[in-house]
Order: sequence, then C-alpha cells, then structure tokens
Amino acid sequence: MAKDIQGVGLGIASRFAGSEFAKKYGLRRPAEKLAYASTKKGFEVIGQMMAKKSDKKGDEVMMLPEPSTAGMFDLTLSEEQQMIKDTVRAYAEDVVRGLAHDANEAMDLPETYLQDIMELGLNFFSVPESLGGAAQSYSPTTSAIIAEELAWGDFSLAYATLAPVAVANAIVKWGTDEQKEKYLPNYLKDNPFKAAIAVQESGALFDPAKLTAKAKKTKAGFRISGVKTMVPFGGSADMYLVAARYKRRNRLFLVPGDAPGVSFEAAPMMGLRACALGTLTLDKVPLTKDALLGDDSFNFETFMDLGQLHWCSLALGACQAALDYLIPYVNEREAFGEPISHRQAVAFMVADIGIELEAMRLMVWRAAALAEAGKPFHREAYLAQLLVAEKAMKIGTDTVQLLGGHGFTKEHPAERWYRDLRVLACVNGGMHL
Amino acid sequence: MINLENPKKFRALVNQAHQVAANVFRPISRKYDRSEHDYPVELDMLAAIMDGMNDGTTGEGAGAGKLKQDTKVKEGNQNGTNMSTVLSLAELCWGDVGLSLTLPRQGLGNAAIAAVADDEQFERFGGKWAAMAITEPGFGSDSAAVRTTAVKDGDEYIINGEKIYVTSGERADCVVVWASVDRSLGRAAIKSFIVEKGTPGMEVVRLEKKLGIKASDTAAITFTDCRIPASNLLGDPEVNVEKGFAGVMQTFDNTRPVVAAMAIGVAKASLDRTREILKSLKFSADYRTPYKMASQLEAKLYRYEAEWESARLLTLKAAWMADNGMPNSKEASMAKAKAGRTANEITLGCVEMLGTLGYGEDELLEKWSRDSKILDIFEGTQQIQQLIVARRLLGKSSAELK
Repeated sequence: MAKDIQGVGLGIASRFAGSEFAKKYGLRRPAEKLAYASTKKGFEVIGQMMAKKSDKKGDEVMMLPEPSTAGMFDLTLSEEQQMIKDTVRAYAEDVVRGLAHDANEAMDLPETYLQDIMELGLNFFSVPESLGGAAQSYSPTTSAIIAEELAWGDFSLAYATLAPVAVANAIVKWGTDEQKEKYLPNYLKDNPFKAAIAVQESGALFDPAKLTAKAKKTKAGFRISGVKTMVPFGGSADMYLVAARYKRRNRLFLVPGDAPGVSFEAAPMMGLRACALGTLTLDKVPLTKDALLGDDSFNFETFMDLGQLHWCSLALGACQAALDYLIPYVNEREAFGEPISHRQAVAFMVADIGIELEAMRLMVWRAAALAEAGKPFHREAYLAQLLVAEKAMKIGTDTVQLLGGHGFTKEHPAERWYRDLRVLACVNGGMHL
Repeated sequence: MINLENPKKFRALVNQAHQVAANVFRPISRKYDRSEHDYPVELDMLAAIMDGMNDGTTGEGAGAGKLKQDTKVKEGNQNGTNMSTVLSLAELCWGDVGLSLTLPRQGLGNAAIAAVADDEQFERFGGKWAAMAITEPGFGSDSAAVRTTAVKDGDEYIINGEKIYVTSGERADCVVVWASVDRSLGRAAIKSFIVEKGTPGMEVVRLEKKLGIKASDTAAITFTDCRIPASNLLGDPEVNVEKGFAGVMQTFDNTRPVVAAMAIGVAKASLDRTREILKSLKFSADYRTPYKMASQLEAKLYRYEAEWESARLLTLKAAWMADNGMPNSKEASMAKAKAGRTANEITLGCVEMLGTLGYGEDELLEKWSRDSKILDIFEGTQQIQQLIVARRLLGKSSAELK
C-alpha cells in the first residue's frame, strides 16, 4: 500500500469537517468526532449520519429527483460536488496511483483494493436515502466528476471501482421497487459487492443495437444465452447486468454470478489490465421472474449514452493525469542546454493537449448536465464520445512522444495511459435503434 | 449547478441578432463581397437600432462598447455582458463576418475604451465608433516592437508612425493608436491614444484588397506630427517598468472570446447550409449510425459538429469567466485557438463536401471559407494563442518560451 490508509481517512474527514456542506447539514461536530476517532470508516460513516439526518420517508425518494437549473450558464460545482471531487482526487493521488503499476503487471486488482476503497463511500452514494444510502439526487454530473478524479489515479482501477456503481445507478434509475429493495442493500454491507455491466460482444462490427445475446420467457422466469466480452473481475463477480434481445427489444437482465450455465474465461486486452477482463458465456442460464430490469419504460439508448459518458469521464481523468505528468517532465528534461519546453515544437503540443482536454470536458459535462435536467442528450453524448475517442488517443500518443524513449518504458505511466485510452474508440459508439 | 446551455435571459437578444443576420446581412452579403470598399449604407439604420437594442430591454446590453472584465464580483453566478456579446456576435457572424466587423460603434477600439477609459474619456468617446491601430509594416504579432512614437509636448502628444491593417480605419470616428512614449524603455512604454478622424497629420493612405471580409475596410494610416490632447491617452500615463505591458494587453482577454464567437458564427453558417443541401438530396445524419459505420460524408458532418460544439463551449466558458471576475487569459486564448482553427477547417471542409456547388458563387459557402481565414489570424494568430496557452500551462515567461 502506497500510503497509510488511516492517514487518508483522516484527510478526508478533516476536509469534510471544514466544508460548508457539513455546516449546512449540522454535521460539523459529528465530523470532528469522526476525525478524532479517525478512520477506517471515513465517508461511509458520514453517509450514514446524513442518511439518519434526513427525515424523508416513503416511496417518493426511491426515484431520485432531477434538480432544476436556473437557466443560467454555470460551471460552478456545488458545495457537495467540490467536496466529493477533492476527496476522490486525494484518494486517487494518495492510494490509487501507487497501486496502478503493479496491478497492471499482475493483471488483477490488489487483493484488498475493493475492500479498502469502500471507505470512500462511493457505494453509499449510489443508494437513495430511503433505502439507507446517502444519494440525494440523480446526478450524472457528479458521476462524471467522480469517474474523472478516480481515473486520474488509474483508468483501469477506476473502471473496476465504478463497475458496481454503474450497475447500482441502472437499478436506481430503471429498476422496479422490488428490484431496488432486493439488490441495493447489497451495496450497504461491510464487504464490497462486485457487480459489472456486460454489454460488449466480440466481433469487428459490433453494434449494440444488434445484440446476439438473447433472452426468452419461461415458466419460472427467463432463460438467457450469449457471449459477452470485456467483462471485469475475472469471473468473481457477484452479479452481472447483461444486455440481451428480448421481445424484439434490447433489455437488461440481472444475472447472479454463480447461476448455472454462467462461465468465465480470462481474455486480456491491450489495456484495462487491472480489471482482469474476460469473456462471459451464458449458456441457457435460468433466471427468476424479477431478473428483467425495469418495465417497458426502460430506454436502452439512454442507458448506453450514460455508459458513453462514463467512459468519456474516465478518459478525461487519464488525460488530465497525462498533462499533469508531462508538464514537470518537459520543464526538467534538458536538450541542447535548455528545458525542452522552451521549444515551440514541444510547447505547442502541450498547449494543444490543454486546449483539447478542456474542450472534451465541456462536451462531456454538457451532455451530463442535460441528462441531469431530464432533457434529451443523445446527440450531445454521441458527439462527446466521438470527440473524446479521437482527442483522448491523440493526448495518449503525444504524451508518450513527449517523454520520448522514457515514455515507451514501464518506468513511466505514459505507456499505460496510451494503452488504456485506446479503448475509447473501441466501445459502443452510436447505434441504429 | 453545472449547466452549459445558453442562458434563457439572452434568448430575446440572440433572436434579435439572428433576425438581423438573416434579414439584413444575408441579402446584401454577396453584394459587398463583390464591391469591396463600398460603404454598406444599409448599416447606418441598423446601427441605430443596435444602439437601442444594446442599451435597452435586456439590462446589461451587449457589444464591443460594453466589454469589461467584471471586477466588482456580485453574489452568485453571473451571465453578463461578455456572455451576451459573444452570443449575439456569433449570430451576427452567422449572417456575415465582414458586415459584423463594420457595424458602426462596434469596433475593437470601442472594446479598448470600454476596458480602460476613465469617466471623462468615456463621456467624450463612449458614443463614437473607434477602430484599433496596432500592427505596423515592421511587425505583426510582436506587439512590443511598436515603432510609432508619442512625444509629450505641453498639453499635447505628437504622434509619428505608420499603422496598417486597421479594421474600419477609414469609416470609424476615431482610432485607438498604440505608440511608445519612450522607445528605450521597451514594452512598458507602450500606451494607447485616441486620435479623432480629421486630426491634422493623420491620413488614410490605402485600403487593402483582401481574401475575405471584403465588406469591412482595412486601412493603412500614417501619422505625421499628429497632435492630440494629452487627455486622449488611455490608462496610466506613467511608464511602469514593473507592471509593464499587462495593461494594454488586458483588452485582449475580453476581445479574444469575441473573435472566437465570430468563428463560431461563420462555421455554423457553413454547417447549417451544408446540412440543408444534403437534406434536399435525401441525406440524413441523425446520430443513429455507429460512427465507424457511417458514410464518410456523414462521419465528417458529425466530426465537424463535435469540433464546433467544443469550440463554442470553450468560448462560452471564457466569456463566463470574464463575467464572473475570474482571470481568463488562458481560457480566452484556448477559445480563440480552438475556434479559429476549427472554423477554418469546417468552412473549407463544407466546400469540399459539396464539390463544385460549394466552390461556386451561387452559394455563400465559398465566401465563408474565405472569410473564416482572418479569424485564425487577427487578435493574435493561432500560433500566438498556442504560445500564450503553453506559457500559462508550463509556467514560463515570454523570455523563456519565445
């Protein structure tokens, strides 16, 4: 472990105690106590306290409310968002970055990683207050910020961390009340709940609108068959959220990891190696009646678009990490008697990375903010994805280029960002519906 | 609360600008492209309407004469004059960039006056049309190399030198001239002076013939022992070597997003017209085709739209920062760099997409692709913007990163 986990927890608690947020919710005193007692619990405890503070009861909060905008152009993060951003970044910097190299080599998550990161309480923030969690509103912009900041530490570890959160988000958004009550409490337990979305299928021209995985209705519920690629957790997941054709539509099914007919085979890829990617085979897997997520109001396109924004946000984090890494490098590296950053050929590449990164971020945030306001955002998500797919890879390759031979070796993280960022152009991307 | 949609409160203003662009500019766009140097008389009436529009109903107003870094920070999020100017100018330039540039009282000089004039100067010049004279035959981007001099003589300054590429230099009521009060003191000694039209010693010697924006006059002006009142100096008359150049350059932080907005406007014109023509040919691009499976034409359109949207958002961000009193030098240059190159790529690309239809004068597409080029050059070239962004990101001075 790179740094003392307790120290990190303390840092988080003191940042929280100093925030306006804590003041607003009357949590400063409890937070101070927490900081004294320190520790292993961090955000989780804060989340519980918040949940207890809330008087809201009943079903109206099962669906998270969509906040309204004042109709003003605004890039100011809310108090909550700023606090979450700082906290997640601190964790990414203090813990995640230090684990990235070895996890990539080992092609697996560090043994206690998912357990340790529970102190960030991200699982808690994916469950509505009414079910014992701490989530107060549906917020794709907050999700984008969390993904970016965590991926600043490592793309691959962030993807694994947030895979279960993505499943929870889908359940919260589309699940029936019974499904929420059945599955979401798993996220509030002491041990990490490992869940992952399985949409991708193998094949050069994969189109998410033309899934080959299929589900049929049976007396007991459903039977699902298909092959899914790029699935994380090396076969150890507790649950998969599987996209399949059903009644001529694309739907999602909640599939237990240990259901009969489920098998997993390791299938490493160019990047995302810490996720222990593999191929998930579903051979006539029997499912209960409550396995079909949501009802006819389920919107596959929106589900995929939110997924795209998630990938894009991860890319923003890796690109920001790359920029932050190469600035001191080009300032310190000397050639011909001066720092290489004094040459326009180098400096202009850095400038363009800065420009395109900010341009990407605004595209992603715009689409996320539209989704948050409950407005159509398909076009914006589509354009954000194609822009990020192109520009993020350019930033990845330019970062290796600017580090020269050093960039090509595993002494520096640049080659890892390069491999991870290639994924953006390989997943999903628009569809005929 | 993150929201990147255009502010609701500027909808009326943006719509007004769009109406002007569609109904006043577009019909005379080709006419003044063909007859370079003819004064677009249609604009006089429009200017009067614009003055009313800017001062009127929407409160803060818009336009070059209103641009200012808001230093008195009000409580909460602000969408102010920088935002409204950027939004309305993009609409106007959707109509015609050249005509937008020659709108009376909307000159770059007006932006400089708005940014640094004192109350007395604003009283005298606020209502006038002011051009900006910086470039000289011997320098372009390297503004510190000013050779024009201003020598104090009692209550007057005597100006000598030659300025080129002065937008609206012939038509404007006055010109804001950059000159050095002491060439031995370098950039710190560069000050700006308002010279009124008709001042003895000031002479418009030539109008340029150009690739695009032909509706806008671009003048060469000489100053020969041209005497102006000392009170026409904008800003602090003292030469402060410590503070240096920053004062005069500050105007650019406010005007660069505006030029970026112009690029946004002309690129949108090309995109809209190209889509319209393709639609009439039963070609649709509805964001449903997986990007890799789209035809080259469709994919190109998507890519242009993505680039355009991202340039537009960078521009809005830079304007938003100015409205909220945040230093935005880096973001202003980011917006200008991205919008300038993107608009040029898109307008040229749209001509390419439509072949000889795009290349011919029956359509305005070829004109827009000529007009857009200047937007990646004036108010700081692409390369100057990259330099500024790089220096900010890398923490380098202009002496280190040249």
